[in-house]
Amino acid sequence: MTEVENPGSGRDAEKLPRAVQTTVRERVGAQSPMTTPEAVSVRLTVNGTRHSLLLDPRTTLLDLLREHLDLTGTKKGCDQGQCGACTMLIDGRRVNSCLTFAVMYDGARITTIEGLAADGALHPLQQAFIDHDAFQCGYCTPGQICSAVGLIAERRATSADDIRELMSGNICRCGAYTNIVAAIQQVMGRS
Amino acid sequence: MAHYIGTPTSRVDGFAKVTGAAKYAAEFNVPGLVYGSVVTSTIAKGRIARIDLSAALRVEGVLDVLTHENRPTMADNDQAYKDDVAPAGSPFRPLYDGRIMFSGQPIALVVAQTSEIARFAASLVRVDYETDTHITDVHCQREAAIPLKPPGDPIEAMFTPPKTRGRPEQALAAAAVRHAGEYYVPIEHHNPMELFASTVIYDGDGKLTVYDKTQGVQNVQHYLCRVFGMKPEDVRVMSPFVGGAFGSGLRPQFQVVLAVLAARALRRSVRVVLTRPQMYVLGYRPAMIQLIELGANADGTLDAIMHDAITVTSRYEDFFRQETGWSGLLYKCANAGYKHKLARLDLATPCDMRAPSATTALFALESAMDELAVALNLDPLELRLRCYSERDQHNDLPFSSKALRECYRQGATAFGWDKRNPEARSMRDAGDLVGWGMATGVWEALQMPITVRIALSANGHAEVACATSDIGTGSYTIMAQVAADMLGLPLENISINLGDSSLPQSPVEGGSWIAASVSNGIATTADAIRDELLRLAKQMPGSPLANIASGEVTLADGKLISKGDASRSVSITDAMRHAAVDRIEQEKTYNPSNDVTRAHNTHSAIFAEVKVDEQIGVIRVTRVVSAIAAGRILNTKTASSQILGGVVWGIGMALHEETLIDHKVGRIMNANIAEYHVPVNADIHDIKVIFVDEPDDSNPLGIKGLGEIGIVGVAAAIANAVYHATGKRVRDLPITLDKLRL
Ligand code: FES
Ligand code: FES
Repeated sequence: MTEVENPGSGRDAEKLPRAVQTTVRERVGAQSPMTTPEAVSVRLTVNGTRHSLLLDPRTTLLDLLREHLDLTGTKKGCDQGQCGACTMLIDGRRVNSCLTFAVMYDGARITTIEGLAADGALHPLQQAFIDHDAFQCGYCTPGQICSAVGLIAERRATSADDIRELMSGNICRCGAYTNIVAAIQQVMGRS
Repeated sequence: MAHYIGTPTSRVDGFAKVTGAAKYAAEFNVPGLVYGSVVTSTIAKGRIARIDLSAALRVEGVLDVLTHENRPTMADNDQAYKDDVAPAGSPFRPLYDGRIMFSGQPIALVVAQTSEIARFAASLVRVDYETDTHITDVHCQREAAIPLKPPGDPIEAMFTPPKTRGRPEQALAAAAVRHAGEYYVPIEHHNPMELFASTVIYDGDGKLTVYDKTQGVQNVQHYLCRVFGMKPEDVRVMSPFVGGAFGSGLRPQFQVVLAVLAARALRRSVRVVLTRPQMYVLGYRPAMIQLIELGANADGTLDAIMHDAITVTSRYEDFFRQETGWSGLLYKCANAGYKHKLARLDLATPCDMRAPSATTALFALESAMDELAVALNLDPLELRLRCYSERDQHNDLPFSSKALRECYRQGATAFGWDKRNPEARSMRDAGDLVGWGMATGVWEALQMPITVRIALSANGHAEVACATSDIGTGSYTIMAQVAADMLGLPLENISINLGDSSLPQSPVEGGSWIAASVSNGIATTADAIRDELLRLAKQMPGSPLANIASGEVTLADGKLISKGDASRSVSITDAMRHAAVDRIEQEKTYNPSNDVTRAHNTHSAIFAEVKVDEQIGVIRVTRVVSAIAAGRILNTKTASSQILGGVVWGIGMALHEETLIDHKVGRIMNANIAEYHVPVNADIHDIKVIFVDEPDDSNPLGIKGLGEIGIVGVAAAIANAVYHATGKRVRDLPITLDKLRL
């Protein structure tokens, strides 16, 4: 396991270019600036790597991964908890990370699509998605696969109808649903 | 030799997509990147009287707020904003002036160090408006709708209704059996899963690399150059992966303008990601009111078709497609007449959405044909066969190929259509009413000029480059398959470069024309590679190919082989090594033959089963069979996914999708994917796709394209099944349970 110290995660350390600073401040006039909320420290383990972070408390888990840790495999399709594209596994459970502030999961272990393939070998679901052509544009795919990993762990689905129902939080606008169900069934049959 | 063409090859970009390695427009991270958050108008029509940025600017971490009052210079003429696929009119100019033309119009961009800060500060921008009265309801503009102007150019002519054929009014009056019905399709939105986004990388020298969500990198590049007065070499637009678009990415969208504005103003890299609600002003399928009148002889042949349409457009552009002409194309009928009017509303301009015009027109036509079958007491499939057309009657031309009869036959067999009880409400499954319906689909088989570059290395590896896109359609994969076969190399030896404006010319990816165009483009360039290899091979001492003409050799198994005598061959490696050449590069343009002596179309037959809960009216589409005639199928796996996706869209159109506007405030009420319903997994059951054999010689590879045909006709097949199950004819979509009132 590697440990990464990431204080302030890079961004807030940056300085405004001088020219810009002046124009903005001129327009604001003498008024005092409105400060951003105080940064909060969060420790997370993402795909086996420990991170210590200082974050704007408004940072969602999704934006933390995509914008701060450069883990862009998890997708943003709505930012409103409506599509499932941002599904990742938190302590093994599938969660919509766009509706989750990073500070809510201090100490949690997170697995994203980037963490599923072990040593270059695809997770059986990843391979099944390729075999069954369970995607087109691929944008919902990381969420579908993480959701399916969670679904199989839940052991609640015993039929295709169950899969359809329990995967309905993950929208695929390309309409790959029948192939998604076939891919999940193939892996469920094996496990 | 076809090792790969026609096979169910898995996507070559599949690994990247299932591991999260595939990067989309908002995923290119660079140091120093800043974030833009868009502020949008809350009124539908009027002017910005005052815009107060002071609170937003006070937020620590805000770098600037751009509005029409302080933005850098942009072009001041319509021509600059007219992209390759712009309709007639005066295109919308983001942040250009204080005029408001639709609710949700972008009016300011807050740029800040982080997306959290930008978003918070955007909520602090205060705007006062001078409001004008707006109209957003197509039903209120019915009387004011204006007939289409005579076409101004060949493109507009394609979209203008065909000339009247025969004497439709008289034929209708004299018909033995008549049917007239008004059909309505509401505004629908594409809702691709990926949010529209642009990441603009600002290089030190002012050059821009723009990662954009688009179906046409070169369209965006040309547009940006005109709008910002930049040189082509200073703007490179990239879209290696696109998270769906379905037509919404054909025109450059406003987020790319705002991101470039900000990058130029601040001289740094900027990302702008729209929110899901903000995407509802990027274009939509225009609502369509249609009146269809059919007149038939007692034997079930058609004698009159009249198709009138009113479609929605904005106040500033006239968007329309060939909405009515499909009716007179599909069925044999001596008399046909069309009218098309536009209702101008205070909304953003509509745009192409999967099979634009055919999807809406065929819902009406194929519902009407079902109603006519009932009136004639004829099986709906039998009616289609009696009206089958062997010619394109608009221009009295034969089809290059039309295997629709075979679609009907194979589709009906796979579905079990012969077991259908013709009576409505006659079939049941436990507590559910069961209905079986069918419909026909039609689309165009178009091709466009395209340029492809191939670089072949002496080790037998080839790079194929073209500025086209893969919006999920499978371009990467079919391009690799075609290149592998044409160059006689294993699939693993082919790498595909696309989605980059600096690559050889490509049209936007739309209209189902890319597969045919780019595949033949690859074949054309591969021929040039073969010729060059042959030239080198002939220089070898004692060359086995010394006296052979270029048409006499083929590339297979890494070798140039004589077609007549397979023992005469030279390997690619030997030919290149001997000439001391590491790399052969060729770039060729494929200009499709302009064959106006025949009509070029794809066709489909769709059979659908619905089960309707009699107590509460819930409709489930339990089975669909879609039989497709679309020329040669390049990849049966990805092609089948294209059609499955089209069928899912058809189910959404039939039962779920509708953009609802609060006409009082002129604003879309359900601008999100919880309240704009798209099909979810639980809505989709058994779908079977059949490709019927359809040899076609319109292009050397016999390809027609599949992006649109899958959706056409599906909504009508389902509506017809709902009628068969319940005895209720619903003529306005979507068929929600309140409309059934069983
Ligand atoms: S992005 Fe989280 S549910 Fe859509
Ligand atoms: S693959 Fe495109 S949204 Fe699912």
